[in-house]
Amino acid sequence: MTLSVVYAILFYAATLLLVVGVVRKIIIYARTPAPLKIPVTPAPTTKAGVVWRMTKEITVFQSLFKASKWTWLFGWTFHVALALVLFRHLRYFQEPVWTVVALMQPFGQYAGFAMLAGLFGLWARRFLVDRVRYISSLSDHLMLALLVAIGLSGLAIKYLAHTDIVALKTWMLGLMYFDLQPLPSDIFVLLHLGLVIVLMVIFPISKLLHVPGLFFMPTRNQVDNPREVRHTAGWTAK
Amino acid sequence: MAAKFDTPELFDNIEIIDTPRYAVDSMAHSRPYPAKPQHNESLGFPGELVDNWEEKAVTRLGELVDGSRALRTFLDSCVKCGACTDKCHYYLGTKDPKNMPVARQDLLRSIYRRYYTFSGKYFPKLVGARDMDKSVLDEWYSYFHQCSQCRRCSVFCPYGIDTAEISMAARDIMDSVGLGQKYCNEILGKLQTIGNNLGLPEKALINTLEDLEEEVEEDTGVAVKYPVDVKGADVLLIVPSADFFAEPHIDGLIGYGKVFHQAGISWTLSSYASEAANFSMFIGSGDNLKKVAQRIRDAAEELGVKRIIVGECGHAWRVAYSFWNTLVGPFDFLDPNYPAPQHIVEFTYDLIQRGALNLDKEANDHRRITFHDSCNVARASRMGNMPGGQFILPRALITASANHFFDMSPETIHENTFCCGGGGGLLTDDLMEIRIKGAMPRMQALKQVVDEHDVNSMVAICAICKAQFSKALPAYQFPMGMITSLHQVVGDAIQLGTKT
Repeated sequence: MTLSVVYAILFYAATLLLVVGVVRKIIIYARTPAPLKIPVTPAPTTKAGVVWRMTKEITVFQSLFKASKWTWLFGWTFHVALALVLFRHLRYFQEPVWTVVALMQPFGQYAGFAMLAGLFGLWARRFLVDRVRYISSLSDHLMLALLVAIGLSGLAIKYLAHTDIVALKTWMLGLMYFDLQPLPSDIFVLLHLGLVIVLMVIFPISKLLHVPGLFFMPTRNQVDNPREVRHTAGWTAK
Repeated sequence: MAAKFDTPELFDNIEIIDTPRYAVDSMAHSRPYPAKPQHNESLGFPGELVDNWEEKAVTRLGELVDGSRALRTFLDSCVKCGACTDKCHYYLGTKDPKNMPVARQDLLRSIYRRYYTFSGKYFPKLVGARDMDKSVLDEWYSYFHQCSQCRRCSVFCPYGIDTAEISMAARDIMDSVGLGQKYCNEILGKLQTIGNNLGLPEKALINTLEDLEEEVEEDTGVAVKYPVDVKGADVLLIVPSADFFAEPHIDGLIGYGKVFHQAGISWTLSSYASEAANFSMFIGSGDNLKKVAQRIRDAAEELGVKRIIVGECGHAWRVAYSFWNTLVGPFDFLDPNYPAPQHIVEFTYDLIQRGALNLDKEANDHRRITFHDSCNVARASRMGNMPGGQFILPRALITASANHFFDMSPETIHENTFCCGGGGGLLTDDLMEIRIKGAMPRMQALKQVVDEHDVNSMVAICAICKAQFSKALPAYQFPMGMITSLHQVVGDAIQLGTKT
């Protein structure tokens, strides 16, 4: 029960840091002015066009595809797989489980492997491509190590050393309803949860800020209409 | 002037540009001349490096980040994916890894992290954060003057991070602590006191244009006018001052005159605002950007024109198209039937569409033409009313005026265009090595169309591109005369005297 309490406290703290940290950053991004029109052109001349441009960037990583097919392949695979894995994990946070989550269950499991494949591909680039090796700092490697370890420990729970998944879910639901339950103390469960806690904590203070940052980049989200509509903000509004 | 260096070799039959293995610090020696105190002071910067410059630089960085959503998100969001690493012409030409866009950004990002992020404050080694010191400043001065702010990297960045913004910020910080670049700051001083980058006074300008009128009349037998300070003219034409004297720029100016002449539209230059260029953008100085733009608005109001048209100049068009309305708009005193401002290419294109110009394509039969998309036009502005018009319109002018046109390889044109190597405030002799090496990818693409199609003319619509290619072409064993102004091609095709 001690372990259950410790992990519960850590989860609450991590959730708080993640939410407060990311929301704070989003508020800062939104409040920081974009004084000049700087969309990278050719750019859409309407708001709907910008939505379409951003949608392509977010869903198929259009620019990355243009830049580097290998990086795109590994990066896109990782992100899509991660999305599926996260979606599949919703089942541990709800009772009854939504039908769509139940239906996604097998895809979510395969996605676990795809996610790791993508991560290993991305990591290999940091060693094998001399330019990417040059720009990689220790934190870039550690970030990949963390994600790989989360993926491996997760798969280990499923395929290597089964845990009492019903008990684990009971613990998680208990966490959500402030009704603490015992946590199965299998090593991979503790490892998996512990690493996820680390990821949540570093999210708002690391390069993972590309997730909210992406939506605020004036180079991509501005409408190309500077002659038609007078834009002012920040120092250009004074 | 830098020591002797080897011009990169061009390869035969190469479809894509080869990505070199990197060679650390191979361009660390490249540094432009610093500005003299009076040049810095005339722009509102300290004359020399201030005493507690480390602290001031860090403070200034904080102010810039607070004032620019772009800078803030760019500095926070890079994941070091490497997509940009082989996209910069300076990296491809020099092999110096600090010329990879992400590495150039990191020169500044490492300082941002150290002073403005949690991870950099407490775990500097882990995230590559550094203290602001002399070695950092030296690196900044060297490598932020090896960026032409061409935005090619940002096209390929999955988030749109634009190294141009970061390089502008770095130069702003350096200026704010008293370390300015001579070329940009000296020129900006001349522009603000005399009215153009050259420091060409009113009288000299008028004489130059009178000589030009005589020359054109001798050549064509038609009295084409190049008017200055004509009140009540329909159009104020703002051209880069290189158009008044440099080759091949002046042939473009001759062409503009012929277009106006045949269209029968009254126009004028201004001696007060005789410069389209606005190097304030290169040094990231908002105050100066606005001041310089204001001169043009004032001239337009003073002359009582109905339209403002901008000549062939890349960064000037970016400033005019993207920033003028913001900085010195609204232009409600101009004729609302036309965009304000308008590019000379848009103007000529409309005339051609209306059949207002008689063009004889055969007059250009000796030219086998390719077109160099200038970076600031391609990636930071637009022409016409559709996205990508900046690629379509200039080519339409060429194909309406000439029979032989061949585009360079698709990965080197349109939004993928390679910078000429001299943009962003680098067009100075003390940076010749980086300029010539940075021209390599464009020269490689040019070689392909020369080999395959016997191209003998590369048309450009930017004063910096034209001046830069005049140096780069001979360095790569191409004839200097290959570089051609777009309106020279148009002007040569116009049959003067056939419209009344």
